[in-house]
Amino acid sequence: MIGILDYGAGNLTSVMRALKYLGYKSIITGDTEVLKGCERIIFPGVGAAGQVMEALEQNSLNVLIKEIFEEGKPVLGICIGAQVIFEHSDEDNGTACLGLVTGDVKPFKSDLRDEDGSRIKIPHMGWNSVDFKIEHPVFSDIPKGAEFYFVHSYYVNPANDSVIAGTTSYGVLFASAIAYKNLVACQFHLEKSGAPGLAILEKFCTWSGRDA
Amino acid sequence: MLSKRIIPCLDVREGKTTKGVKFQGNIDIGDPVDMARFYYEQGADEIVFYDITASSDKRNIMIDVVNRVAENIFIPFSVGGGIRTVSDMRDVLLAGAEKISVNSAAVKSPEIITQGAKAFGSQCIVLGMDVKKVAPTKTIPSGYEIVINGGRTYMGIDALWWAREGENLGAGEICLNSIDADGTKDGYEIKLTAMISEAVNIPVIASGGAGKPEHLVEALKKGKADAALIASMIHYGTYTIPGIKRELATQDIKVRETW
Repeated sequence: MIGILDYGAGNLTSVMRALKYLGYKSIITGDTEVLKGCERIIFPGVGAAGQVMEALEQNSLNVLIKEIFEEGKPVLGICIGAQVIFEHSDEDNGTACLGLVTGDVKPFKSDLRDEDGSRIKIPHMGWNSVDFKIEHPVFSDIPKGAEFYFVHSYYVNPANDSVIAGTTSYGVLFASAIAYKNLVACQFHLEKSGAPGLAILEKFCTWSGRDA
Repeated sequence: MLSKRIIPCLDVREGKTTKGVKFQGNIDIGDPVDMARFYYEQGADEIVFYDITASSDKRNIMIDVVNRVAENIFIPFSVGGGIRTVSDMRDVLLAGAEKISVNSAAVKSPEIITQGAKAFGSQCIVLGMDVKKVAPTKTIPSGYEIVINGGRTYMGIDALWWAREGENLGAGEICLNSIDADGTKDGYEIKLTAMISEAVNIPVIASGGAGKPEHLVEALKKGKADAALIASMIHYGTYTIPGIKRELATQDIKVRETW
């Protein structure tokens, strides 16, 4: 069973639908006992870092995520779930985050320009490409030129480049895919990125949690 | 860099897909779930469903369509038509839509934009604007007026002002439909599209008038739109999404070509 972390915000059903389509059973829950019984955890969602951290702390889910990560179970963060795994976010006047991975989360600056010279719009919303940098079981065999669906105003800035699995360009070059121990994370929405997104999601569903 | 989005629009009445020409003489041309899946497989970047069901007691038919679409396609899609309250928005989002589009309800009660943005985030709220060209006046200095009821009712609101106001109220995107161009297949209303795209900092979807790939090139280049809505040019098989995208790519427009 795959546990989809429910912290009382965001629409989590689209991840569940994608898993069902792929033939995997999942449960959307915020119950720590149920989550502890799951073989792997997905931490999805949309929202702001402050509100998400507050919701996690209220339900002691911040402690649980750390425990599950340290146990070695596969964990997948999507969008805001890929941000709050870092130590700190600039969002909501500065928010202390989970600190599973070293680094912080920064906002896109509105004076940035895209590759064609046009001023970027914020949020970064739509389809963009990901340059996958490392060999990793979850991020393997992705068709060249594949694009993924993004919706975000903040991006992660890892302290250690070795955790960067893929990068995307939008005014700045930022880390859009992360791999660290038994944790993988994507800024883009795997559940809304068509076949390439589903392929990554499916690989996560069978991943041992080891990166080689 | 972001790709320009190609977005098929499906008009749905009582659970069936239709395409109106200037909002008259609708004909059923298919099942929305089948059509959505077909366009998804063809490389649509997003899909817009517009519910034109007249009676409110049949709205649950649309929620069922949204549910079935969400089980079958894994790209963003939005639903508009008949959404009047935050509760309507929640029903559609929980059924699996990524975005909701508000049009006449937002003209009548602009606070619904802010309420929706607060409840679900700006990225969920698309402001749909139906616009007609008029002689510029003091009230309508841009020469483009907001209309509702399929273009029958003039609202005395300037389209340029309303686009900026919508952004300020919390809309995350604008779907800009020219009633004059809609269904003509003569091309998008480029002047209007460029004017609105330049005036706001949120993405603008050009809508109304697409008849051939060159029209999309115009809307995305001269019109500076972020996305282009298409309907009859693909619904009847005249063009295909991969064909349109290839054409755009040859014109140096960045589109998603692998899916």
